[in-house]
Amino acid sequence: MIAILDYRAGNLTSVKRALDHLDIPNEVTSNKDLLHSSLGIIFPGVGAAGSAMRNLRDNGLDNTIKSLVMSGKPMLGICLGCQVILDESLENTTATLGIIPGRCEKFSRNLSDESGHPISIPHMGWNNIWLKKECPLFKGIPENSEFYFVHSYYPVPDPAYIIGVTHYGLDFCSVFGRAGLWAMQFHPEKSGEPGLKILSNFYSYCLEK
Amino acid sequence: MLSKRIIPCLDVRDGLLTKGIKFEGNVNIGDPVETARLYYEEGADEIVFYDITASAEERKIMLKVVEKVASTIFIPFSVGGGISTLEDMRSTLLAGAEKISVNSAAVKNPGIISQGAEAFGSQCVVVGMDVLKVEKSRSVPSGYEIVIHGGRKHMGIDALWWAREVERLGAGEICLNSIDADGTKNGYELELTRLITDNVRIPVIASGGAGNPEHMVDAVTRGGASAALIASIVHYGEYTIPEIKQYMHNNGVKVRMDW
Repeated sequence: MIAILDYRAGNLTSVKRALDHLDIPNEVTSNKDLLHSSLGIIFPGVGAAGSAMRNLRDNGLDNTIKSLVMSGKPMLGICLGCQVILDESLENTTATLGIIPGRCEKFSRNLSDESGHPISIPHMGWNNIWLKKECPLFKGIPENSEFYFVHSYYPVPDPAYIIGVTHYGLDFCSVFGRAGLWAMQFHPEKSGEPGLKILSNFYSYCLEK
Repeated sequence: MLSKRIIPCLDVRDGLLTKGIKFEGNVNIGDPVETARLYYEEGADEIVFYDITASAEERKIMLKVVEKVASTIFIPFSVGGGISTLEDMRSTLLAGAEKISVNSAAVKNPGIISQGAEAFGSQCVVVGMDVLKVEKSRSVPSGYEIVIHGGRKHMGIDALWWAREVERLGAGEICLNSIDADGTKNGYELELTRLITDNVRIPVIASGGAGNPEHMVDAVTRGGASAALIASIVHYGEYTIPEIKQYMHNNGVKVRMDW
């Protein structure tokens, strides 16, 4: 079973629907026993880093998540879930989980697109990912595939952890992590077939582990 | 590099698909869930559902449609039409919509934009603007006026002012519909589109007037829109989404070509 971490933030149902569609057993939960017994955890999220961290701390989930990850439980962080894995977010200047060194920054209003126009914020829509490293979650996904993004802050992890990069006004890290712990700024559950493939690749990894 | 989005709009009444010309003479042309699946498979980047009448009873039917769609397609979709309270927003988002679109309700009660953004995040809140070209006046200096009820009621509000205002209130996106162009198939109202895209920093979806793929190229280049809304030209099979995207791609517009 894949646990979808419930920390009362944002839309958890879309990840669940995608896993249901893929026939991947899953449970939306904040129950620590279930998180422990799961094959892997998806840390979804839409919303603000401040309230997300508050909810995690209030339920003691911050320490649970940290210790599970340290013990090798596979985890996939999505969007806000990916940002919270880092040390701090400039969004509400929040101290986040600190599982991977790094921080989040806001897209500057001074950035321009290819035709010289100021970029729209949030970065909303479909964009490419240039993989800097091989990543098992992207296995079988065509190189030109695009993924759905919607965010105003972007992750800036320790460069050693960068897996994929996306261009929007600047090159930012859209995928980072290491074996068993991945974080993605885009929404695989809303990125059509390539996105679904990432989720099923994550499940395959969890099964093999 | 961010792709320009192609967004089919499905008008729904009583759980069935309709598309009207200038908001009159609607006819049913199919099942919204099946059609959404078809457009998903054809490479639509997003889908908009517009509940045309949206009485309390019809809203319940619509929520069932939204739930079915959310389990069938895995791209973002938004729902609009008659959404006027935070509770409407919440139930629609929980049913699986990615975004909700408010139009008349936001004009009557702008607070709904900030409340929605606060409760669910700006990315969830699309503000639909129905705009009519009028004589420039003191209350409407841009010569573009906000109208509601499908263009029947003039609000005396300047469209440019309103666009900036909804951005300030926390809207995540604007869906800009020209009542003059809607249903004409003569192309999007590019002057209006450019006026708005030059003056806000949130993404703008151009709507109303799509007749061929060249119009969509214009909307995202000359108009500066982030996305183009389409309806009849795909509903009635004049063009398919892959044809439209191929044309845009051939004309140098970045669109999502692999899906």
